[in-house]
Amino acid sequence: MATIEQPPAMSGPDDAIRTNGRWSGYVNLLHMRMLELWREPEVIFWVFVFPLLLALGLGIAFRGKPPDVTPIAVVEGPKAQEVVNLLQRSPQHAGIQPNVMSASAALDGFRLGKYALVVTMDDSGVQFRYDPARPESVLARAQVDDALETAAGRKNPINTETKASSEPGARYIDFLIPGLLGMNLMNSGMWGIGFALVEMRQRKLLKRFVATPMRRSDFLLALVSSRLVLMIVEVALLLVFGMLVFHVRVEGALLSILLIGALGAVSFGGIGLLTASRAQKIESVSGLINVVMMPMWIFSGVFFSYERFPKIFLPAIRALPLTALNDALRAIILQGASLDSQLGRIAVLAVWGGVSFVLALRWFRWS
Amino acid sequence: MEVAIQCRGLRKTYDGKVEAVRGLDLTINMGECFGLLGPNGAGKTTTIEILEGLLEPTSGEVEVLGRTWQSHARELREWLGISLQETRLSEKLTVRETLQLFSSFYRHPSSVDAVLEELSLQEKADALVGKLSGGQKQRLAVATALVADPRILFLDEPTTGLDPQSRRQLWDIIRQFQKRNGTVLLTTHYMDEAERLCDRLAIIDHGQIIAAGTPAELIERLTGHHVVEFAISGQGADNGAAWAKLPGVQSVRADDGLFSLQVNEPHETIPALLAEVQKQRAQLVHLTTRQASLEDVFVQLTGRHLRED
Ligand SMILES: Nc1ncnc2c1ncn2[C@@H]1O[C@H](COP(=O)(O)OP(=O)(O)O)[C@@H](O)[C@H]1O
Ligand SMILES: [Mg+2]
Repeated sequence: MATIEQPPAMSGPDDAIRTNGRWSGYVNLLHMRMLELWREPEVIFWVFVFPLLLALGLGIAFRGKPPDVTPIAVVEGPKAQEVVNLLQRSPQHAGIQPNVMSASAALDGFRLGKYALVVTMDDSGVQFRYDPARPESVLARAQVDDALETAAGRKNPINTETKASSEPGARYIDFLIPGLLGMNLMNSGMWGIGFALVEMRQRKLLKRFVATPMRRSDFLLALVSSRLVLMIVEVALLLVFGMLVFHVRVEGALLSILLIGALGAVSFGGIGLLTASRAQKIESVSGLINVVMMPMWIFSGVFFSYERFPKIFLPAIRALPLTALNDALRAIILQGASLDSQLGRIAVLAVWGGVSFVLALRWFRWS
Repeated sequence: MEVAIQCRGLRKTYDGKVEAVRGLDLTINMGECFGLLGPNGAGKTTTIEILEGLLEPTSGEVEVLGRTWQSHARELREWLGISLQETRLSEKLTVRETLQLFSSFYRHPSSVDAVLEELSLQEKADALVGKLSGGQKQRLAVATALVADPRILFLDEPTTGLDPQSRRQLWDIIRQFQKRNGTVLLTTHYMDEAERLCDRLAIIDHGQIIAAGTPAELIERLTGHHVVEFAISGQGADNGAAWAKLPGVQSVRADDGLFSLQVNEPHETIPALLAEVQKQRAQLVHLTTRQASLEDVFVQLTGRHLRED
C-alpha cells in the first residue's frame, strides 16, 4: 500500500495552513470562560459554597427538634414551691422549665426576653405577666395556665389528641431548598452575565473581541452556555446536599427540575444582559443589579412564603420571575408536579427572559 | 504601488461638540510601516479606530484593501490584526490559552507556537496573564494581533510606558512582520520611535495632519539638518534678530534663555556665531550641536513640544 505524502502547503512544515471550523470560536470562548471561572476562588465560593452554607445554617436553626422548653420565672414567696410542684405534675411538664427568683430578677429577665412569662402566686390566686406582642409569651401563658388547672384537678370535657408534623416534605428545610436554588440561579445569572459583561467592556476586552472576526452571537451564546453548565452543578449540589444532610425528598423528575433550572438560568441571564447593555463602569452595574434583585429577595418567597403579604399584592408578586421560578421548583421538587402543570410559571419566566434578550440586543454596546 | 488603506475627508465629532478628527486624508501603501505621530489628544486613537472599523466616522470615506467597512466587514476582519491602546486581557488565562482563543476566531490563523516563538514568549507560555510584566503584556497584545496572520497590523501606542529594552524588542517584532510583506499602521507620541521605525508618517495635531512624508524629508523640509544650541551671559534675549542673520541659519528659537538655531551647515554658522558673540561683548556659557529630529519639526510647526510632561 502506497502512502502519498502531502506536500506542505507553504514553505515550511510549520506553515501548513490551519483552518478553523464554524464553531471553533464558540467552543474556545466557552472553554476559556469555564477555565476563568474555575480559577476564580470567589466564584466558586459564591456560586457553590455559599448556598450550601446558607442551607446548612438555616436548616439547623429551624430543624425539626424536640418541642421547645419554655423557661418561665416564678416569683419567690410562700406559694412558689406549690406552683413548681403543680407544674411538675402536669402533663405539659416537659415543655415548661420553672425558675424561682425574686420579683425584681424575674422582671429583669422577662424584659430581656430570658423568660417568656412571670408567675406570681399568693392567697388570692395566680397572676401572669406576659407580653401579648411576643408569640412565645402568649404561648407560655396559655400552656402554664392549662398546666396549673389540669394539675389542680380540672377535667377536660373533650378528649383531644395532637401529633407533631416534622416529617420530610413539610419542614422548613423542604421549603427552603428550592427557594435557595431559585435565588442562586438568579444571583449567578445576574452577576455571571451582567457583571461579567460590564467588566469586560470596562477592560476594553469586548471591543478587542469585535475587532476580530468573532461572531458576536457566538460570544453571547458561549456566555449563556457557561451559565447552563454551572446551573447543572448548582442544582445537583444543593439537591444532593439537601438529600444527604436533611433527608429532603425529591418527588419530581430530575429532568423537569433541570429544564426549569435551565429556563431560570437563561431568563435571569437575559435580565443580566439587559442590565449590562449600556453600563460603562462596574460600580454602576453593581447598583443596577442590586436594585433589580432586591424586590425579589423580599417578595418572591425565598425564605418565607409570600402568601403572608396582603392579598392585593399577590398577583404582582406572582408575576416576578423569581416567584415563578421558586413556585415551579417547589411544585416539582416537593410535590412531584409535572412540567405541563407549570405552564403559567414557565410562561412568566419565558416572557421576562425573552423580552429582556430582545431589548438587550437592541441596546447592547460593545465598547 | 498597491494601496493598503485610504481615507478622504475623515471627520469625527463626539457628542456633537468634541471635534476629535477634522478632515483627514491618508494613503498608506502595501508593505510600508506608516506612523501617526502626535501629542496626547491629537486624535490618533480616534483616527486609527475609524480605519479599523470600530468607530463610525461623522463623515468621510475609508477603504481598506480596496473594501469598505459597510460592504465587507467580515472579510476585512479576517485580514487585519489589531492591538488597541489599552486592553486588559483576562488575567486568569495563560499566555497560550489567550492566543489559542484569539486564533480560534480566524479561519486561517498562524500557529500559536510560531507566534509564541516569534515574540519570545515561549518561556511564559503557561504563565497566567496576570503575572506578566508590562513589556510581556504588551508583547502578548501584539501577539493576539499577529496570530491572525494578518495582512495589515494596526498598533495603537504599542510601546507607551515600556522600558527602552522592551521598546526595542517590539520594534524588532514589527520590522520582522514588515519583512514578510506585512503592512503596519501605528500611532505613537515618541518621535524617536516614529523616526526609526516608520517609512512614512503623518504628524497630527488637533485632529489635522500638519505634515506628512518620510522622517528624513520632514526634517529636511521643515528645519535644517542640524541644531546649534547656545546660551550667553550679559545679553538681553531681545536680540534674536541678530542670530537669524548669521550665514546658513534657517530659523531661530529662544527657549528659556537657550537659543536654538536650525542650520544646514554648522561649519559655516558656528564661526560666524562666535564672532557675533564677541562683537556683542557677551560670554558664551553653553554651546552644542546635534542632528535635527522630528521633535524640532513638531516644535517648528506648532511652537509646542510633543510631550508636555
Ligand atoms: N468617547 C469619547 N467621547 C468624547 N470625547 C472623546 C472620546 N474619545 C476621545 N475623545 C476626545 O477626542 C480627542 C482625541 O482623542 P484621541 O483620539 O484619543 O487622541 P489620542 O489618541 O491622539 O491621544 C480628545 O480631545 C479626547 O478627549
Ligand atoms: Mg490614543
